[in-house]
Amino acid sequence: MHLGKTDLLKAYRTMRLIREFEERVHVEFATGEIPGFVHLYAGEEAIAVGLCIHLDDRDWITSTHRGHGHCLAKGCDVHAMMAEIYGKASGLCGGKGGSMHIADLDKGMLGANGIVGGGPPLACGAGLAAKRLGKNGVAVAFVGDGGANQGSTLESLNLASIWRLPCIFVIENNGYAEATSCKYAGACQDFADRANGFNMPGIVVDGHDFFAVYEAAGEAVRRAREGAGPTLMECKVNRYFGHFEGDAQTYRAPDEVKKLRDTRDCIRGFARKVTSGGLVTADELAQIDQEVVRLIDDSVVQAKAASKPEAAELLTDVYVTY
Amino acid sequence: MERRITFRQAINEALTQEMERDKRVVIMGEDVVGGSGTDGAMDAWGGVLGVTKGLWGKFGDRIMDTPITESAFVGAAIGAATAGLRPVVELMFVDFMGVCFDQIFNQAAKFRYMFGGKAVTPVVVRTMFGAGFRAAAQHSQCLYPIFTHIPGLKCVVPSSPYDAKGLLIQSIRDDDPVMFFEHKLLYSMEGEVPEEPYTLQLGEANVMREGDDVTIVSLGRMVHTAAEAAAALSSEGIDCEVIDLRTTSPLDEDSILESVERTGRLVVVDEASPRCNIATDISAAVAQKRFACLKAPIQMVTPPHTPVPFSDALEDLYIPNASRIASAVRDVVRYKA
Repeated sequence: MHLGKTDLLKAYRTMRLIREFEERVHVEFATGEIPGFVHLYAGEEAIAVGLCIHLDDRDWITSTHRGHGHCLAKGCDVHAMMAEIYGKASGLCGGKGGSMHIADLDKGMLGANGIVGGGPPLACGAGLAAKRLGKNGVAVAFVGDGGANQGSTLESLNLASIWRLPCIFVIENNGYAEATSCKYAGACQDFADRANGFNMPGIVVDGHDFFAVYEAAGEAVRRAREGAGPTLMECKVNRYFGHFEGDAQTYRAPDEVKKLRDTRDCIRGFARKVTSGGLVTADELAQIDQEVVRLIDDSVVQAKAASKPEAAELLTDVYVTY
Repeated sequence: MERRITFRQAINEALTQEMERDKRVVIMGEDVVGGSGTDGAMDAWGGVLGVTKGLWGKFGDRIMDTPITESAFVGAAIGAATAGLRPVVELMFVDFMGVCFDQIFNQAAKFRYMFGGKAVTPVVVRTMFGAGFRAAAQHSQCLYPIFTHIPGLKCVVPSSPYDAKGLLIQSIRDDDPVMFFEHKLLYSMEGEVPEEPYTLQLGEANVMREGDDVTIVSLGRMVHTAAEAAAALSSEGIDCEVIDLRTTSPLDEDSILESVERTGRLVVVDEASPRCNIATDISAAVAQKRFACLKAPIQMVTPPHTPVPFSDALEDLYIPNASRIASAVRDVVRYKA
C-alpha cells in the first residue's frame, strides 16, 4: 500500500485525534468527573495508527487496558467513546463497560481488556474465525511489555504459529509494566527475540515513527492475508502519562517525559517529515488540529450533558436468553 | 424398544449432528483427534476417553488437536465464537480451569454485559468432572458451583445419555457461553436415545421420580445415587420425589419450590465440596422462599470439606452414597420440632 496524500492526512488526523482525546481526558479526569480507572495512550499513537491503517471492517483487533488509541484507530465513534468513559447511556457500551472495556464488534474491535494478557488468545480465535469464514481477514493483538510476559501471550504465539493463523502480535513496549521496568521484568534483550522460539518473524520497530510502524505492519498484514502465518512486532515507545491517571510516576526520572515530548514525539516527527517532503502543507495540518480540538471539545460537552443509564439497565445484557 | 447407546456415544452423536447441520461448529481440544503430527494414525484417541472418536474422519480440519495450553485454546474458542464461529472446546478435566479461568470468567462471561449487549459468544466448553475414578485431588473435582457463581455463563450437568444429547445440542445452538459438565463415571452408562436430533431446554429440571413425603434435589451422577436411595426408602414407606436439576444456571427454581410445597421436606445431594455449592444455594432459596412450608430442617448430603483422596478406601468414604442419602431422608421424615 502506497501512502498518498489522503492517507497521510488520515493518519495525521487519527494520531491527533487520539492525542487530543487523551490529553483532554487527562485534564477532565483531574476534575473528578470521570469515574474509575483510566490509562492513557498519549505518546504511542504512531503504533495504533500505523497498524490499523492497513485494516478494514473484516479485520479484528484486541486491545489492552490502555485501549483508547486502538479503539479510535479502528474506527470507534469518538462521541460514543467519550460518553462511555463518563459512564453514560449514550456510551459505546451503554455505560456498562467504561474505559477498560470499550468495544465495537461491528468495527472489528474485540474490546479493550482489563486483564493483562487477556487479548492474545482471543485474537487467535478471531484469526481462526477469519480464516475459516474465508473473508481473508486478519487479527491483531496489541499487548504491552507487561502482557508480553504473560503465559497467555506466549501460549498464543505458539498456537498462532502451529495453526498458521492470520495474526499479528504487537508488543507496545513503553518501558514500564505499571511501575516496573521491562528490563527488570523481561528475561530478554528484545521481546521480538522470542519470535524465534515460535518460528515466526520478530521485528523491532521504532514505535515513535509512524512510517517505520507502517512499513513493518504492512509486511505483517500481507503475510497474514496470504496465509503465511503470524508475525511478532515489538514497538519501542514511551507513554506520556502514568500507568493510570493519578499515578505520581515517581519511578520515572523527573524530566523524562518532557525530554520525550521535546525529542521523540511521533506526531511532530510525522508533521516534520510530511511537510518537508512538500506533500502536505503546515496549513493543512493546522486545519486538522483545529478540527480535532473542536470535535473532542464537542464530545466532552455532550458526554457531560448525557444521561446516565436507566436503573433497568442493571439487569439487561447478561445473557442473550436466560 | 428404542435404541440404547452410551452417554459417550450420545455426546458424540450430538456433536456429529450439529457439525453436519452447521458449518460454523468446530471442535478443539487436547487430543480430541489424537495423533496429529505423529508417525502413527490420526484419530488415534478421539479424546482422552474416546468421546470425539470418528469425528476427524467425517469433518477433517473442523476438529483440531491443540497444544496443552488451555489459556490459549480456550481463549481462542471464545474469540472465534465472538467472531462468528460456534466452537465446542474440550477442557479435558474441569480441574484444569486453574490455567484458563480468566478466559472463561473474565472474557466469555462478561463480553455481552461489558460491551452493552452487542457481543454474542456462542461457545460450549465441554469438560469432565467428578470423583470415583481413583484420579485423586487434581482430576476429580466438581467445580460447577464456581462457574454457576459467574453471571454470563450457563452451566449444564447432564445425568443420562438422553439428557446429554438433548442438552448438548441445545447448548451448541444457544447464543450464550455454556459450560457443559460430563461426569467421568457416566460415559459408559447406557440409555434410550432417539437417533434424530432433539433439544432439551436449559433451565428445566427433570422430575425423575414422583413422591409426596420428601423432595430430593440432585444433579449429575448423584441423581442415580439419590434414585437408588429413594427406591430403598419406598420399601420403608417413605415416598421420595427426585428432581434432577439438569442445569445449575439457569436454575429451575420453580420446580423445586413447587415440590417442597407438597412435601414440606428437602434433602439436597451434591457431589461438590460443601461450602458455597449447589446444595447451599438451593437450601438458601427454599429457606428464604418457602420457609412456612418446611416441616423439618433442610438436609445437605455432600462430601466433606477436603480434597478428593486417592485411595479407594478414602474416596469411597468421600463420595455421598445411597445409605447416607437415605439416612438424611429418614432424619427429615422423623424430625420433631
